Amino acid sequence: MVPTNYYVILSAVLFGLGVFAFIFKRNIITIFMSIELMLNAVNLAFVAFSQALGKLDGQVFVLFVIVVAAAEAAVGLGIIILIARNRQTLNVERVNLLKL
Amino acid sequence: MTAPLVVFFVLAALAVIGAVSLILQKHPIHSALSLIVVMIALAGLYLLLGAEFVAAVQIIVYGGAIMVLFVFVIMLLNAGIEEHTSISKMAGVPGLLLVVALAGFVAATIARSTESIQATSQTGEMASTLGISNMIFKDFVYPFELTSFLILVAVLGATVLAQREKS
Amino acid sequence: MNSLLSANAELIITVVKIVLLLFIVLTVNAYLTWFERKVVAHMQSRWGPHRVGPHGLLQPLADGVKFLFKEDPTPAGADKFVYYLAPLLALALALTGLALIPFGPDPIRLFGHDIYLGIAPPDVNIGILALFAITAMGVYGVALAGWSSNSKYPLLGGLRSSAQMISYELALTMSVVGVLLMAGSFNLKKIIEAQALHPEWGLFGWNVWPQILGFFCFFIAAVAETNRVPFDLPEAESELVAGFHTEYASFKFAMFFIAEYTSMITVSCLCSIMFFGGWLSPFPASWTFAHYLPSAILIPFGLWVIWDGIRYETLFGRIILPGLGTAFVAMGAAFVLLPDVNDFIQAPFWLLSKILVFLFVYVWMRGTLPRFRYDQLMAFGWKLLLPLSIVNVIVTSFVILAKMTWWGAK
Repeated sequence: MVPTNYYVILSAVLFGLGVFAFIFKRNIITIFMSIELMLNAVNLAFVAFSQALGKLDGQVFVLFVIVVAAAEAAVGLGIIILIARNRQTLNVERVNLLKL
Repeated sequence: MTAPLVVFFVLAALAVIGAVSLILQKHPIHSALSLIVVMIALAGLYLLLGAEFVAAVQIIVYGGAIMVLFVFVIMLLNAGIEEHTSISKMAGVPGLLLVVALAGFVAATIARSTESIQATSQTGEMASTLGISNMIFKDFVYPFELTSFLILVAVLGATVLAQREKS
Repeated sequence: MNSLLSANAELIITVVKIVLLLFIVLTVNAYLTWFERKVVAHMQSRWGPHRVGPHGLLQPLADGVKFLFKEDPTPAGADKFVYYLAPLLALALALTGLALIPFGPDPIRLFGHDIYLGIAPPDVNIGILALFAITAMGVYGVALAGWSSNSKYPLLGGLRSSAQMISYELALTMSVVGVLLMAGSFNLKKIIEAQALHPEWGLFGWNVWPQILGFFCFFIAAVAETNRVPFDLPEAESELVAGFHTEYASFKFAMFFIAEYTSMITVSCLCSIMFFGGWLSPFPASWTFAHYLPSAILIPFGLWVIWDGIRYETLFGRIILPGLGTAFVAMGAAFVLLPDVNDFIQAPFWLLSKILVFLFVYVWMRGTLPRFRYDQLMAFGWKLLLPLSIVNVIVTSFVILAKMTWWGAK
């Protein structure tokens, strides 16, 4: 039996890696993928606690998180396509028209 | 070293390697493939936790639909190798320290927690699918209907956003 | 040594089953190509392969040798890792799908262990959902192959093909929901058992009669999902030069080929299990003389093969064909003489015959139907097939609800 702590530590590590990818990478699509990584890390924590407490609420919430992530990915990628068309670049530093 | 522990370490290592590879790869399509590896490893971990329905849904929706969407967009936009400017390298160092601090703090707190939750063997009496469907259609029916509305809004939004300009 | 064997007995049994299933599936794939070429040829009033070996039976072997020895160029500028990954992914996923299919209900009792027919244990609670998960991942093989070839026809073909696969995946999953509602479980064994509630009805208890709309939606969506005629525009030779596998030669092309035929076999298995009763006999259970049907088919077929082989033109054929025929007659006779074995092979025999019928329907469609144009294909999937499968789900749920509330027992 794997202790629940191990799962939650893994979830924290994956979340941290997702945050680092969000800060460090410059391509819009990769930044978006790091958001998905963070959501997945949180899902893992939910399912681990659901098993530990013996109730299924965690798994139901994970289903809702997955659905929301799907909707967000669809709209977000639509926005990314528009940005790419408008600025002809996928580098997030070049989208700086509002900068001083 | 029991068998579930070995399987856990293998899957956890796979997930972490996938996440690190997401950061270190230069081409976005390789990052996308690494993220798919992470999702499959997580689906394996859900199976290990006894959440079989969530594992199957994770692969079907995340691995088979959302990541396909990412791969399509990368192909259509012809994304190339990404360049790192000086700003991003400057952001990398404090970012790394911050992330290590954040993840390390959470992990250390959990590892040192004295009141460990007694994990029950599997998720109890009902099979996972039957229990989840009972909960979704009885207790959580209102959020369920709202999510279908949310998906409709997302579909409409994505269609409108990705249209060509009518000039 | 003995204790090591008995401690890991489950593992060793599973590994042996995997190796056996791989061998059988790859051989069946090879002879499926022979079957397809022969059937399409006869539909077109010609003979098909008939020189390489008796009746062309060694043609798949010749094709395999050709694939191994052909030159294997890599296009310039192709992304090496993804280029090598794509056929590997397609083949691995197609073969993994077959691990979840149960080929018979009863286990063989050997060395004190129960060996079930089928690699996954029979109590996989998410049987069909896991199969759909594997099918959903199969889109990557096509999309990545098209993109990594660094060439415009494969890219277009790959994008079109993966868009088609994703569109029809929705109709595929929705058309099965009616069957799942009636069976009450994702488990493939329970789906077959739910069709065996009235053993006296024989084939009228199968799921295809109440779910005829679901069956048609499922079969059409599955044909589109496996990129077969009439939905094979993205890989047709006269359209996009062969689509996503243009730049793949020899063995990598063979891997895509094997992946396509293996998904055909998996879909035929699923059709037979979910709609046509799987391993249930079409005859009512009281007609016990129907148990001799396998022998009644094998013995005359073997005798015909012997008679045809004796008068064959080449010497090789005159030796091999009577040998093959004798083997069939011996098998048929063994089934008549050993009633235990006869009872055991009833279930796999019926499942394999139904799979063969569906494979024949696949090949029949290839020889007969013209292709869809791409926009017709997408319109058909989204505007006709998906609404029909949703209507099927709604009607099925209402009927089940009516049965539960008004007509008493479920």
